[in-house]
Amino acid sequence: VFGRGDLSVEDWEEIEDTLLMADVGVEATDEIMEELRTQAKVLGTGNVEAIREVLRAKLLELVNPDMDRTLALEGADAPGVVLVVGVNGTGKTTTIGKLARILVAEGRSVLLGAADTFRAAAAEQLSTWGERVGVDVVRSDREGADPASVAYDAVEQGSARGVDVVVVDTAGRLQNKRDLMDELGKVKRVIEKKAPVTETLLVMDATTGQNGMSQARLFAEVVDITGIVLTKLDGSAKGGIVISVQRELGVPVKLVGLGEGADDLAPFDAAGFVDELLSSPASR
Amino acid sequence: MFNTLSDRLSASFKRLRGKGVLTEHDVDETVSDIRRALLDADVALPVVRSFTKQVREKAYGAARSEALNPGQQVVKIVNDELIEILGGAERELNFATKGPTVMMLAGLQGAGKTTLAGKLGQWLRTEHDKRVLLVAADLQRPNAVTQLQVVGERAGVDVWAPEPGNGIGDPVEVARTGRDHAITNGYGVVIVDTAGRLGVDTEMMEQARAIREAIDPHEVLFVLDAMVGQDAVQTSVAFRDGVGFTGVVLSKLDGDARGGAALSVRGVTGAPVLFASTGEGLGDFERFHPDRMASRILDM
Ligand SMILES: Nc1nc2c(ncn2[C@@H]2O[C@H](COP(=O)(O)OP(=O)(O)OP(=O)(O)O)[C@@H](O)[C@H]2O)c(=O)[nH]1
Ligand SMILES: Nc1nc2c(ncn2[C@@H]2O[C@H](COP(=O)(O)OP(=O)(O)OP(=O)(O)O)[C@@H](O)[C@H]2O)c(=O)[nH]1
Ligand SMILES: [K+]
Ligand SMILES: [Mg+2]
Ligand SMILES: [Mg+2]
Repeated sequence: VFGRGDLSVEDWEEIEDTLLMADVGVEATDEIMEELRTQAKVLGTGNVEAIREVLRAKLLELVNPDMDRTLALEGADAPGVVLVVGVNGTGKTTTIGKLARILVAEGRSVLLGAADTFRAAAAEQLSTWGERVGVDVVRSDREGADPASVAYDAVEQGSARGVDVVVVDTAGRLQNKRDLMDELGKVKRVIEKKAPVTETLLVMDATTGQNGMSQARLFAEVVDITGIVLTKLDGSAKGGIVISVQRELGVPVKLVGLGEGADDLAPFDAAGFVDELLSSPASR
Repeated sequence: MFNTLSDRLSASFKRLRGKGVLTEHDVDETVSDIRRALLDADVALPVVRSFTKQVREKAYGAARSEALNPGQQVVKIVNDELIEILGGAERELNFATKGPTVMMLAGLQGAGKTTLAGKLGQWLRTEHDKRVLLVAADLQRPNAVTQLQVVGERAGVDVWAPEPGNGIGDPVEVARTGRDHAITNGYGVVIVDTAGRLGVDTEMMEQARAIREAIDPHEVLFVLDAMVGQDAVQTSVAFRDGVGFTGVVLSKLDGDARGGAALSVRGVTGAPVLFASTGEGLGDFERFHPDRMASRILDM
């Protein structure tokens, strides 16, 4: 039995390790640890389980189950427009395929826009997804076409056909590339000559470490992010960086990716996320 | 007072540099700053632990020796220790002495394998004067085969793609026939692109091992995204144990990630980091430099 009102050094370290190993980050971890220590004193408890409960509650509060996580898909007298952005290889195109499937299942008509005109076979990949889920894709037959005009075409065709939602795929880009980020800003501006973008999703890979903060800040600067999609949560990574990302942007994680299949997209579940994060530390 | 940890670290190093005599307290403070900086750079916690332990011991030694400029010594200790873990001397690729050199690429989804196949292909063709064959053994990801064909064409190398992919065809068989095709047709190098897979996906890891066994590669390159966080350890260990790799390629180093994963994968598996991938273009590819990586991680 340890002294009343405190845990052993090892117990505190184990809690700290759990947070750090989940990519929560040093700053957020320090803050959480400080609050836990205060709470331990207030409660006068040296009980690890009790403190773990406090930790769980604190994390849940940070993740904030009360945020509105629905997608904004209603255009005024135009289709809802979803713009999907993020760094290279996070799962944008795959997420669009899965999202289209869900929207169709909900009875909405959907059109996809292949505004990644850069990466090898990107438009083909989106087209394959379109076939899989039974949704048309607007693409350019020219490699290297202007992504903004492809995006515009998609939204224009969507309006003309009277579809409910147009989802626009964009090329992956690293947030420190000024020209590519400007290009993304232009894609959004050009779309909005036709119809407002109702939802801008930043797709983030759960394996991402502290660089996620830089991604969030710089993408939000050019396109005003309204939701986060956390992909590849089916792997061993916990995705703890999104706690700080949500706080920084004031925008919630709305969806999570749980695999490569068409049905592997789910609404974000705050309690489930926290439980996963606290479940057996990654390694020791 | 200081904006960033790197500022703090620089300041703490500066303080040490100016010191004639170094106390153990100075060492502790600096080591604590280093720990923070490494965690901020996404170096994996177990690696941070063993690293700081070694630095602390050596620095205590320097403090006790009362040698001239102990502060300077600690700075040097940190830097040398980092470079040491990151790989010290660089090594060349293993080339076959007879028949084609066989390379296999493996890694998580989206790490940069297919792009790397093109980069390696172009580099081996132009710099090493090799006839290269890329093998499309990712039959899972939508249009991975098409992507490799486009990349191969850009790189000016041939592509072996007997199966359409998108779920059709056996990747182990494609890898095997690809290697056979290279042997029969006198190619110098065969590069086998594989599907992205998670370390926790035992079925897919078994498939990777089966591919490896079918082609008996001279190099298995593990492609790791430089933006990865603490998961680098688990994933590296899973690929080490599941497939086995001979070298690492760190991708997307053109970004602003500090790239602590380099230290993690190296520290945990001991496999050398051979190349850095630094962009989407086929020429954006270079030798990995441990010394540059050390300063990048420390942001100094
Ligand atoms: N395990 C797993 N894999 C995923 C998930 N989402 C996407 N992927 C895989 O990740 C890889 C990259 O996915 P893409 O959809 O092409 O990513 P992207 O962001 O469009 O990539 P770029 O357009 O090249 O920037 C593919 O192999 C996908 O199958 C997920 O939730 N879980
Ligand atoms: N900026 C940058 N992008 C890269 C680099 N390497 C690859 N990419 C991009 O990252 C994304 C994924 O690259 P791929 O080569 O398709 O990755 P992969 O590992 O083959 O992906 P899967 O087959 O889906 O597992 C693409 O958008 C590439 O253009 C790099 O070094 N820097
Ligand atoms: K997970
Ligand atoms: Mg894409
Ligand atoms: Mg690939």
